[in-house]
Amino acid sequence: MWRVLIGVSLGLLGLPVLAVLASWLWLDAQLLGVWRDLAQTVLLSYSLATAGLALGVVVGVLVVGGTTALLVVYFDFPLRGLLAWALVLPMALPAYVTAYAYTDWLQYSGPLQVALRQAMGWEGALWPEIRSLPGAVLVFVLALYPYVYVLGRGAMADRAAALLEAAQTLGASLGQRLWRVALPLARPALLAGAALALMETLADYGVVSYFGVPTYTAGIYKAWLSWDEPAAAAQLATLLLVVVVLVWLAERRAQGRMRFAQSKGGQREPAARVRLRGWAAAAACAVCVLPVLLGFVLPVLGMLVRLLQTPDEVGVPWARFAQWTWNSLRLGLMTAVLAVAAALWLGFEQRLRPTSWVNWVGHGLGLGYAIPGAVVVVGLLAPVLALQTVWPTNPMAALITGSVFGLIWAYLVRFVAVAMQSVQSGYTQLPTTLDDSARTLGRGGWQLWRHVHWPLLRRPMAAAGLLVAVDVMKELPATLVLRPFNSDTLAVVTYQLARDERLGEAALPALMLVAIGLLPIVWLSSRLNER
Amino acid sequence: MTPPAFHPLRHLLGLALLLASAWIGTAQAQGVLNVYSARHYPSDEVLYAGFTKQTGIEIRRVDTDDAGLVARLKAEGQQSSADVVLMVDASRLWRAEQDGLFAAVDDPVLKQRVPRELQGADQGQGPRWWGLSTRARVVVYDPKRVKPEQVASYQGLASPALKGLVCTRSGAHPYNLSLFGAFLAHTDEARTRDWLAGVVANMARPPRGGDTDQIRGVASGECGVAVANSYYAARLMRSTRAADQEVMAKVALAFPSLQGQGTHLNVAGMAMAAHAPHPKAAIAFMRYLVSDAAQRHLAEANNEWPVVGSVAFNNPALQAMRQTPWQADPMPVAQYAAQQGQAQRLLDRVGYR
Repeated sequence: MWRVLIGVSLGLLGLPVLAVLASWLWLDAQLLGVWRDLAQTVLLSYSLATAGLALGVVVGVLVVGGTTALLVVYFDFPLRGLLAWALVLPMALPAYVTAYAYTDWLQYSGPLQVALRQAMGWEGALWPEIRSLPGAVLVFVLALYPYVYVLGRGAMADRAAALLEAAQTLGASLGQRLWRVALPLARPALLAGAALALMETLADYGVVSYFGVPTYTAGIYKAWLSWDEPAAAAQLATLLLVVVVLVWLAERRAQGRMRFAQSKGGQREPAARVRLRGWAAAAACAVCVLPVLLGFVLPVLGMLVRLLQTPDEVGVPWARFAQWTWNSLRLGLMTAVLAVAAALWLGFEQRLRPTSWVNWVGHGLGLGYAIPGAVVVVGLLAPVLALQTVWPTNPMAALITGSVFGLIWAYLVRFVAVAMQSVQSGYTQLPTTLDDSARTLGRGGWQLWRHVHWPLLRRPMAAAGLLVAVDVMKELPATLVLRPFNSDTLAVVTYQLARDERLGEAALPALMLVAIGLLPIVWLSSRLNER
Repeated sequence: MTPPAFHPLRHLLGLALLLASAWIGTAQAQGVLNVYSARHYPSDEVLYAGFTKQTGIEIRRVDTDDAGLVARLKAEGQQSSADVVLMVDASRLWRAEQDGLFAAVDDPVLKQRVPRELQGADQGQGPRWWGLSTRARVVVYDPKRVKPEQVASYQGLASPALKGLVCTRSGAHPYNLSLFGAFLAHTDEARTRDWLAGVVANMARPPRGGDTDQIRGVASGECGVAVANSYYAARLMRSTRAADQEVMAKVALAFPSLQGQGTHLNVAGMAMAAHAPHPKAAIAFMRYLVSDAAQRHLAEANNEWPVVGSVAFNNPALQAMRQTPWQADPMPVAQYAAQQGQAQRLLDRVGYR
């Protein structure tokens, strides 16, 4: 009974996704006209820009995340310990904040180019425009490579040692060992990280709109905002969903192989690191410093400088600032608790009954991560609107926006996937023989969960909760539309100030957001280092 | 399944529900006014505080963007707790009016204070929205590279003389769509498409950034001509930052004419929500916003022109903008707002991002 109840209520989480798919049912002559227009004009450029962005980001995060993970795991060089930890830091920076910071400093009319032109007497653009497709690729790679780094590093540290030793005794050179043993073993994890980065890129609106890159997501917003055609926006979103399903299937395959690799791995001792000297050590150090510098240190410094330059004409209401921070934290924590609970339950179900229908609920929820926030909003409000036409006084609408109910629903649709990722990887590390032993001792069902899984899963659960909380605090489109009265968050205030073209004033809430995001990231990173 | 002794999951859910219920506000409380605002100006805080001080009515707000605001109002329907809606673009106001999201208000004070052309349509029960302030879509140019007569009209932006000089933000932005809609309403589809294609051909770089970025682009030499809202220019003019003052020292402002009719003016407006639970407070708030004090604040703190013509204010930037006389395009909002969707389609056809 419990099972059905929870399963159905989680299934409700998938309702916005279903509503987006159902938008095709409303295809009428007018919408067909819209589509004809789209196909003749912008659809191709959307597709090209999206494909270019996706390709650039995937290659970029694999190269940056993969190389840094490889260096940190297999080599020893100056500052290795510090860098191993610091390479995760860019995760705390929302991509749109990195984009603001870079644009502010690097654009044609920014302080660097203006000062250089004045000092040197140069003319014209001194370097390529940051607000462009390559610029967007750069920003996303810098913001998202940590996914690949974290997952890749875990996989390399855990699995490769014994096999690498075997390869060495067989006379393989260091290069051969890395290229033919370490990388193939880590490949599923690297691809899983790249898939996460890709899904986040596809769902992004903040960066692509600011940079004027015409991706599908930018098109979805245009259909919604400029044409007032939410149905067309939802239909465009289904195209994006198709891409996402493909990515997700590829990722599932990668994950599946990761489990296989794991069960064969066995040994958990890390491989002895090769000590680098001279220029090789300097190069390794530089390769690891660069992403931290570009992805975290420089944008944060840039914002700090801007903050200090801003004259206090308007001033920051400090009391309200505390309120925004509290609202962000509160939403993050509430969602984290619910998301982890849902992920735990799903993980437990999938473990006990791997073929159950509940699995499909889990798969459906996993898709939410790649759906742009605004599409979740459209998908959430569409059924409410439909209900209203038949029952105008229904209390649903008031509940959705009058309380945090709707907002947390939207967050869960998007971020349960993040919690599931972590909890599931926690479960894959628990041998199923544990369950069998527990059962022979008379502990089945809830008892098994309570006395065996719960104590062993506490760490992945904490990781899941923290990641969800950070994601929620960074989330923008759903928060903008669905939050109740007087509940501005740091992300909302940052966006509103940036929208009003006050980047200097936006720096303070943005930095606060980064600071809060850093706490869990630092914790996670030091956990990684313990291994 | 054996009955469990302890359900961590249940405890977690319980805790979450408890937290959630603690946050569910009482949307219908007395002495309260609920405002949905698509304005994004920090200076509005002072206005809200002033109203609460004057009347004792507490203001509760949600600030969001126009489209989200409309989507939210639609979904909430009769259950909406919104009393007053504030928006910053004529087309958006018009569309929300068409969608039946606003209530007609027949208020003598508002009618007397807000000029007729800055009100919504009146079908006997009173207008459904009211202008709050106006802002002009101006052209900022580099006087060394561009002559004032080249930017005397918006049509000039498409003339081959400005090849490689024009900068704008995204064409899909409401401020641009309203201007393009007005162009369409004044001319016809073919001429508008040709004009837009000409503007695209003249661009110094693809559209990106906000209005302030376009102005800075002119000062830095990236652009020769840029389109921007008047209050962004005014803000830079009044900034105490040396870098901003340098920017404004290098550029000049033009108030182009649309088909000889005048400069395109956009409007920020207010309306009572169709299902406002506190209509009296809503009208009191709208009256307050067109009071001398509030109108002066809009002009002085946010560089917008008040809708109430008699209001005296002290804003050197706005006053400087009036030194060379210019006329506002008198076309009623409803006439050009209706063209917005078509304008977007034309943008897509000519490749205007």
